[in-house]
Amino acid sequence: MGISLSSAGLWLLILLIGLGTFALRLSFIHFWGRIELPQIVHRALRFIPAAVLAALVLPALIRPEGAIDLSLHNLRLIAGLLAAVVAMLTRNVLFTLAAGMAALWLLQALVGGA
Amino acid sequence: MQTSRLRAFSAGFMSIVPLMPGVIPFAMICGVTAIKAGLSPQAAMGMSLIVFAGASQLAVIQLLAAGALPLVIFFTAVIINLRFAMYSASLAPYFQHLPKRWRWPLAYLLTDQGYAMTINHYLSDKPTADTHRHWFYFGTGIAMWGAWQPGTAAGILLGSTIPASWSLDFAIPLTFMALLIPGLRDRPTLVAALVGGGVAVLAAGLPFNLGLVLAAVSGIAAGLAAETLMQRREG
Repeated sequence: MGISLSSAGLWLLILLIGLGTFALRLSFIHFWGRIELPQIVHRALRFIPAAVLAALVLPALIRPEGAIDLSLHNLRLIAGLLAAVVAMLTRNVLFTLAAGMAALWLLQALVGGA
Repeated sequence: MQTSRLRAFSAGFMSIVPLMPGVIPFAMICGVTAIKAGLSPQAAMGMSLIVFAGASQLAVIQLLAAGALPLVIFFTAVIINLRFAMYSASLAPYFQHLPKRWRWPLAYLLTDQGYAMTINHYLSDKPTADTHRHWFYFGTGIAMWGAWQPGTAAGILLGSTIPASWSLDFAIPLTFMALLIPGLRDRPTLVAALVGGGVAVLAAGLPFNLGLVLAAVSGIAAGLAAETLMQRREG
């Protein structure tokens, strides 16, 4: 452990990462309308949320410890599936969060107590 | 005029409030781990203010602690944040009428959660009137920023971790799931989600979070292909 960079070097790195991240965030918002984008890009836009969100969710459920785990020992997968059902039924973020966290705590308590 | 702006702003702000149980612990973890890794409180807070992107902040902290090359740290952070360019493209059509003094601050405030709530709202049955649409997004951005910065500060000040047994990190994928499911409106979108999620699972071992970018691109391509196929079948 320990940071080998000087204080000034660290601040410069943070600043550059901030600028790079800002450039990515600004990219299309800034240039929209000034550059003509092909039709396919317009069609692709509506698939971004589903593709990215699923890519953030599924590995956290199926590979919580790094390796693919589809067994009943994977408590996060079970709790996640339960939360998915609640999400489908209620379409409510807070209910989904509450159901998923409660299920995970309950499962952890049951397994821990066994 | 004023009230409809305020209404759009508060609707955006309030849409983020239910996500706070996922956002605030994540911000605190960023603050705590930065201190544990040896960053000064000023640098830890500075990074949170300047970068304002949790996943990349955590990666930077981890790499700094491991003594990685600054160039590697820079590229890792930028690759993890490539998804913001996709969000930027998705939101850009809604902001095209705005001047630079709006576009630039709105871009700085772009986050996963703010994007997801905003695009769900814009695509919903009852979106805000066109001229005030950016006020909804601005509300999500201020709510996220207003949760993230004090959350990081609290993590820095506490300097002690939330017990791992609370599994509060699980709130993050649960949040994304709650945002994903209502958006699965038709078959091509479902295909995009299944392929995106499936590729992400298989490619999770790739370095620098590249699996996420690969998964997103695959999912989008699969959605486009499914849509084209369905149109051909109908046409």
